[in-house]
This record gives sequence, structure tokens and C-alpha cells, in this order.
Amino acid sequence: MQRCFALFCRPSVLVALLWMCLAGSLMAKEAEPNAQDPVIEARMVHISEELRCMVCQNESLASSHAELAGDLREEVRSLIRQNKTDDEIKAFLITRYGDFVLYRPTVKPMTWALWFGPFVLLLVALTAMLMYLRQRQRQAPQTGWTDEQLKKAERLLKDGESA
Amino acid sequence: MIPELGHYVLILAFWIALAQGVLPLAGATKGHLAWQSMAKPLTALHFGLVLLAFLALMWSFVINDFSVLYVSQHSNSLLPTVYRMAAVWGGHEGSLLLWAFLLALWSIAVAIFSRTLPLAMSARVLGVLGLISTGFLAFILTTSNPFDRLLPAAVDGRDLNPLLQDVGLIIHPPMLYMGYVGFSVAFSFAIAALLSGRLDAAWARWSRPWTLVAWVFMTFGIGLGSWWAYSELGWGGWWFWDPVENASLMPWLFGTALIHALMATEMRGGFKAWTVLLAIGAFSLSLLGTFLVRSGVLTSVHAFATDPRRGVFVLIFLVVVVGSSLTLFAWRAPKVSVGGRMGLISRESFLLANSVLLVVATGAVLLGTLYPLIIDALNMGKLSVGAPYFNAVFVPLLSPLLFLMVPGVAASWKEAQISQLVSRLRWVALGALVLACGVPALLQELGQGEWLWSTSLGLFLSAWIVLGSVKHAIVRSRQPGRIALSYWGMQTAHLGMAVLVVGITMVKGYELERDVRIGIGETVTLRDFTLELKRMEDVDGPNYKALRATLEVKKDQRIVAQLTPEKRRYFSTAMPMTEAAIDSGLFRDLYASLGDPVEPHPQTRAPRWNLHVYDKPFISWLWAGVLLMVLGGVIAALDKRYRRAASPANPV
Amino acid sequence: MKKFLIPLGFFLGLVIFLALGLQRDPKEIPSPLVGQAAPAFKLFTLAADNQTFEPKDMQGQVWMLNVWATWCVACREEHPLLVEFSKQHSVPIVGLSYKEVQAQDEPPGAKLSPEDKRLLARQRSEKWLRTRGNPYVVTALDLDGRVGIDYGVYGVPETYVIDKQGVIRYKLVGAITPEVLVKKILPLVSDLQKT
Repeated sequence: MQRCFALFCRPSVLVALLWMCLAGSLMAKEAEPNAQDPVIEARMVHISEELRCMVCQNESLASSHAELAGDLREEVRSLIRQNKTDDEIKAFLITRYGDFVLYRPTVKPMTWALWFGPFVLLLVALTAMLMYLRQRQRQAPQTGWTDEQLKKAERLLKDGESA
Repeated sequence: MIPELGHYVLILAFWIALAQGVLPLAGATKGHLAWQSMAKPLTALHFGLVLLAFLALMWSFVINDFSVLYVSQHSNSLLPTVYRMAAVWGGHEGSLLLWAFLLALWSIAVAIFSRTLPLAMSARVLGVLGLISTGFLAFILTTSNPFDRLLPAAVDGRDLNPLLQDVGLIIHPPMLYMGYVGFSVAFSFAIAALLSGRLDAAWARWSRPWTLVAWVFMTFGIGLGSWWAYSELGWGGWWFWDPVENASLMPWLFGTALIHALMATEMRGGFKAWTVLLAIGAFSLSLLGTFLVRSGVLTSVHAFATDPRRGVFVLIFLVVVVGSSLTLFAWRAPKVSVGGRMGLISRESFLLANSVLLVVATGAVLLGTLYPLIIDALNMGKLSVGAPYFNAVFVPLLSPLLFLMVPGVAASWKEAQISQLVSRLRWVALGALVLACGVPALLQELGQGEWLWSTSLGLFLSAWIVLGSVKHAIVRSRQPGRIALSYWGMQTAHLGMAVLVVGITMVKGYELERDVRIGIGETVTLRDFTLELKRMEDVDGPNYKALRATLEVKKDQRIVAQLTPEKRRYFSTAMPMTEAAIDSGLFRDLYASLGDPVEPHPQTRAPRWNLHVYDKPFISWLWAGVLLMVLGGVIAALDKRYRRAASPANPV
Repeated sequence: MKKFLIPLGFFLGLVIFLALGLQRDPKEIPSPLVGQAAPAFKLFTLAADNQTFEPKDMQGQVWMLNVWATWCVACREEHPLLVEFSKQHSVPIVGLSYKEVQAQDEPPGAKLSPEDKRLLARQRSEKWLRTRGNPYVVTALDLDGRVGIDYGVYGVPETYVIDKQGVIRYKLVGAITPEVLVKKILPLVSDLQKT
């Protein structure tokens, strides 16, 4: 017994034991990332954020917990590994699930009104606004007010100006 | 007994609301003073009856009366009492009753606070509110009765959806509905003005505080919804451009345009017809939102259980209300007298630009939300329009609006000089530009993230607003004359908008996430934080069992926080639910979401679980921005000129 | 002043679309695969481990592909109808057992081998079909769901009608109802069989 104990007290053994503890603690610490390859993962997330989860009410493929979503994310990863472009991957899914799966509608004649509509509307509205302002600029002020009413108006305007 | 009483009282309320609608309006047209003065008492009676019905439903929930069908669908005996009460508005029928109740509440508030209004005016306003209430009560009584019985009674209820069992459900719908319904007051004022032919600055002064308060509730309600989605849904998102979210954003955008346009009408008598149209539009969008959410025409996570009959009723209601008000508008608005002169560059023209940009933005959101429906109706197929579209279109529309906030405030009424504005604001512009480029460049140097042009745009606009507002406030306070509360309200709200934009810009530009499989004792690093999984334990909740992870967060070797995300299994549903843990800070939130167990560690065979952690910088600035906007609106509404008795003899 | 009528005009146009929208079902998604060749695959069958099935085995006949699983609740609803229909022997029905073995069936921390998975899938499916009747001439085992992805499956049960040249002519998502069977599937099948 005593000789075993003496063995452990030898400096070299102690140092070895200490090193093993340290190494062990350094090794086991960091949690393993779920993604095998962060580059592929980043690209997969970027693509699937713009895709719809077909079994959900309205969630993206990237964030859905549904099983089909997980399967499709895996499918996207494997397509990325095959060096397919983003467009090819989207085409892969559209052939199987239809346009409905894209959250960003492709710009084609059917969606021109959608993509260009707001800006056309803005142009029309701005033009109308400018025409209106031009018209008001040219207009002479019309008042059929009495002096008392004019004085009241002055007072109200002053109060307004202070706001 | 109580449910039957509630039902009966609701039927009575329908008839009283009808009287409240018809009598005062007829009285105002015919000059019948007696009928006009019936408006306020009828409103009070209407309110009392709807309140009783509402309390009857809440009572049924609290005592677990599962013989009421609605209660059995949305509650459970194990559900904590506070959620039992909130479950009243957890489904379609009850939320409609909440709507009717809040409409009655706003109506009685108008009745109480309208002493300074001429009788005919208040009669018309309450009359229109009465007609709207009649429509909603009819909808409830014919298609969505919350008091329907389930016989034989259920042994226990189906439980409230676990996602709804959160403090968010208690406040978000009531606040949001206060906003939706509040715009009906502005609407009623607009209709009353069109009916009486009296559309003037005094009318704008009466309308504005009501519109402001409705806008405040709407802002708060939408902000709450975002915050709730963020804290409850488990992946840290806060806005999805979901159709139901868009349904609340559209009236808010119109409401914002309305409070600004009302200012021009109040001060300068300008834009009268436009303001009236905006008021009609804001409430119409509220009603449209109701239709979209309850009719089943759109796919959404929020949509209530749908029934085509309900969709038809709401559509008919929508056609009647909006159709008749727009017809009235087309008939009466041309007769309204034109306002004073306004220069091409003036505060009026800036306010007009504000209206134009907000209306176009609303149009864009409406287009995107309805496009799938339009394409389907034209038999051209099915497509989806989601966040990528809205983000691409909304940001370019809102950026000029944010930019114009500063010169708009600086410009004087009637006529302003561009050269003057430019010279006043050039240092502000320079300062904003320096911040917009300096901050992201510095952060990129420090390795915190890439410098994106969108980050610079957002920072420029918010710095521009903050610096511009501060400068204007300093200049203004040096000038003689009292500064009205509405000025400080405006500055606070604008500041809130800037803070919101900073939050959105920074979170989108710099958020970081890690998706790992973690075992006890293992760590995950997120920027300068280290999170270690200390233990996993089973926890019992009132109506669920949970697996709880305890994560210790360290920064520079010091413990700074503890996160306890859970995976819950509610007894009532088979679906497991994840309860995220958030450590909120001024400059960042740490967000942890626990996933399912995965295969053990290959070497040690220790058990592991999926864990998703996020670093979200500046996200609390989103909530702070919303709160500042709310505060600004409240301050502005308290301005003395709204409380001062307006003497009846001075229509301007 | 005609410009004041613009808001009303816009609103009425909107209402027309909303009314049309009420008659549509936003959840009914047409499949882009209709009119395309049925994607090729080769899967083990339910009957025996050494037998496989490919769509080209059915070339020259009109046939139906029914995607199902024992864990699928709606499949139980449509199954009696399918069994009755199969007794008429008007068109062969091929079953596609979709992801029979799910993630939660695997013991935590261990992965089942493909052979074990097939065994488990076989045991479960055979028992299910014995109890409820077997309408299928053959059942293919799509354990990992890849064939399902190729066929755009997202809501089990799903049914396809495929013509003699191997082109998909019709896809139904959801359980077959008597109405759909009589109004859509039967007429289509008899049309295709005449060519």
C-alpha cells in the first residue's frame, strides 16, 4: 500500500496526471455545431429564407420545424454540394412544388404589376401632387371674411405657429 | 343562465345601437332636437348592455363553463385564471365581442368628452358610431355567437393554444383593437362633417385628439405584437410581412398620414377633402383587415378559423360602410371651400409629400398582400408574395419619408425657402453622414460585422432625424413665445421613429446566431460571450411538463447572465412547444432556444440537445422606439388647445 | 368633379377581387408536375426484400399512385374508399409508403440501419393493410422521402393519375372523397384508357 502511494507522489507522475486533466477539460468544452460546413449552411439559410414551408401556414423553409422542411433543407444542402447555383436550386423546387414555394416572386409579365406597380403609383402620385401645388401657388387667396373673423383667424394662426 | 343572459343582452344592445344610429342622424338632418339629444343616453345604454354581455362571457370562462361551445374550444380547467380571462379574445367569436365592446367604449368616451361640440355634430358622430356598432352586433348575432351552447357539455375544454398562453395575449389584442376601433371615431367625424357640409379647421381640431389617441393605441398594439412574436415564437423574428400583420400596418400608415394632414387642416384650413378621405380610408383599412383575417382568403399563421359565411357578411358590411362613405365623399367633398395659398416649398407641401408617400407605401403593402388573391381570382395560378418583396419595396418608399421629417418640421407655413433650409441643415447632414459611415467602418475594423450599405442608410436617416430634431428644438426654445405640448409630442414621436430605425438597422446588420448540439459542461461562443450548459432538469408547470436547460453566460470570465430555455409539453396538446430565454440589454439581447435531444457525444456518449443561440444587437431599441412614439402621441394629445372649450360661435 | 369618384371606383374594383377570392381556396395548390413525365425511381417493395418497383414497370397502362403511411390520420379516412374502388379492377393502384419510419421511432442516440428500417416499415404497413384491406397491386417503400420530394409531396395522402406514356395527368392532395372519385378521377381514367 505504502509503496503504491509513494509511486503517485513522484513529481513526474503528478505532472502527467495534471496535464491529462487539463487536456481533457480543454478538449471536451466547445459544443459541436449542427452544421457540417458553415459555408454551405450559410448559403442554405440564405436560399431557404426566401422559400415557403409547404406544410406550414406561413413560415419560411429556414425557420420551420416541420419534418418536410428539414428534409427539404437537407436537399438544398446536397444540391449546394453538387455546385448548383441559387437559381438552379430554386428551379429544382419550383418544378416540384410550383411558384407557390417562392416568397420572392420571379419578375415575369404576370408579376410586372406587382414589382413595378408601387413605383408607377409613386410617380403618378408625385406628378399629381406637383400639379396640385402649382395650381395652389397661382391661386389668389379667397376670403369673404369679416374683420372680426380675420382677427380671430390671426389669433388662431399665432397659436398654431407656436406648435 | 349567464350565457343566455349574455346572449339576450347582446340582442338588446343590437336594437339600442340601431336606435343610436338612426334617431340622432335623422334628427340632425331634420333639425329634430329631441332626437339629437337621444344620442348620448342611447350610447350610454348601448355601452352598459355590451359590457354586461362581455362580462357574461368572461364569467363563463372563469368558472370553466364547458357547456358554452366557445369556452370549451378555447379553455381548459388547468388553464391559469388570468389566461382563462384573456382567452375570451383567443378565438374569432370572442374577439368580435371584444371589438363590439371597445366600439361601445369609444362611443361613450366620445359622448362624455364632446360637451364642447355642437349638438348636431355630436349627434351625427354618435349616430355613425351607432350604425357601425349595429353592423358588428348583427355579424356576431347571426354568424359568430360566442354564447352558443354545447350540449352535452364537454368534460374539459380543448385548451387555449399554448402559443397564446403568454402575457402578450393579455394585452396585444385589446390594445390593437383599441386602435382599429379608434379610427372609427375619426371616420365618424369625417362622415359627420360631410353630412353637415361643415368641413373646417374647428372640425379638424375636434378630430385630431381622437385620431391621435387611436394612433397611439395602434402603434402600441403593433409594437406589442412584434415584441410578443419575438419573445414567444422561438427564433427571434419580429416581423414577417404576414397578411395579418400587414392588415394592421395599413391602417397605421393611413393613420399616420391622417394625423399629419389634420395638422394642415387645423392650422391652415388646407387639405380638407384629402383629410376626410384619409379618415375614411384609415377605418376602411381596419374593416378590410377584419375581412382578410376572418374570411379565409389568405394563408396566414394568425388567421382565425374560417367560414365562408363570415367572409360574405364582412364583405357586405365593408361594401355598405365604405361604399356609402365614398359615395358621400364624391357627392359632398367638391362643395367644400378651398383653403389658402401654399407655396411649392412650404410646410403644407411637406405634409402633402408625407401623405403621398404613406399612401403609396400603403398601396404597396396592399398590392403585395392581395396579389396572390388577384392572380388566383384571374385563374392565373398560385403564387406567394413574402418578405423579400415587401422589404424590397417598402424601404425605398419609407426612406424619403424619413428624410423629409427634418426639413418638414423646419419649413414654415405657406412659404419656405429652399436655400434657407439647406443652410440651416447642412451641418446636420454632414454630422449624419459622418456617423453613417464612421460607425459601420469602425465596427468592421473591430471584426463585428461587414459594412453594408443598408446599415449606412439606416444610420444616416436616424442620425439625420435626431440631429435635425435636436437642432430645431434648441433654435425653437430660444425664440420668444410659449411652446405648445404638441411640439414636444411631435419631437418625441419623431425621435422614437429614429430610435426604431437604429434598432432595425443594427439588428439586421449585425445579428449573429449559432446552431449547435450541446451536452452538459459544453460551451458555445457568441461574440465575446461564452454560454455553458450547466444542467438539464424536469420542471412541472400548472398545465405542462417542461425540460429546462440552465445556461451560464460569461463575459471576460465573469458571469453576466443566466438563461433558462425550456421545451414544454402541454397536457392538452401533443405538440411540444419551445419557450425561449432572453437576456435583454440596452445594446444587445441574448436569445436561447432549446431544441430536441440528438445523438450523444461520439466519444463520451454523454447526452446532447439542439440549441440555437442568438446575439441580437440593439433590438431593445425597437421596443424603446415604439414606446417613445406612443409617449409622443400622448403628449401631443394632451395639448391645451384640445382641452380648451371651443366657443360655438367661431367657425373659422 | 369626376376625380372625387376615383376612390369609390378603386374600392369597387377591389371588392370584385375580394368577392372572387372568397370562392377560391388559397390552400389548393395546383401541381406543376401535371403534364410532366412521372419522375423515375427504383424502390424496394413491401412484399419482399429482393423485389423492386419502378414507374416504367407500369408503362402501357393507366395507373394510380397513392402516397400513404400508417401514421397518417387522413389516410385512414380515404382507405375504405380506395379498397372498394380497387375491387372494381378498373385501374391498378400502386402504393407509395412515405417515410413510414419517423425520427421519433428511432431510439435516441442510435440510428437504425436501412435493413432494420425496411423491416420495421414492412411490419407496420403489412399489419395495417391486413386490418384495413390492401387496394394496392404493389407498394413501394420510400423510407427517406426522396421520391416524395421528386413528386412534390407535402400533404399525405396524395394521389396521382398517370397515363400509358407515364405522364402525370392529375394530382390530388388530401384524402379521396366519393365526389372527387366520381367527378374527376373516374372520367379521367376512362378517357386515358381509351387512347
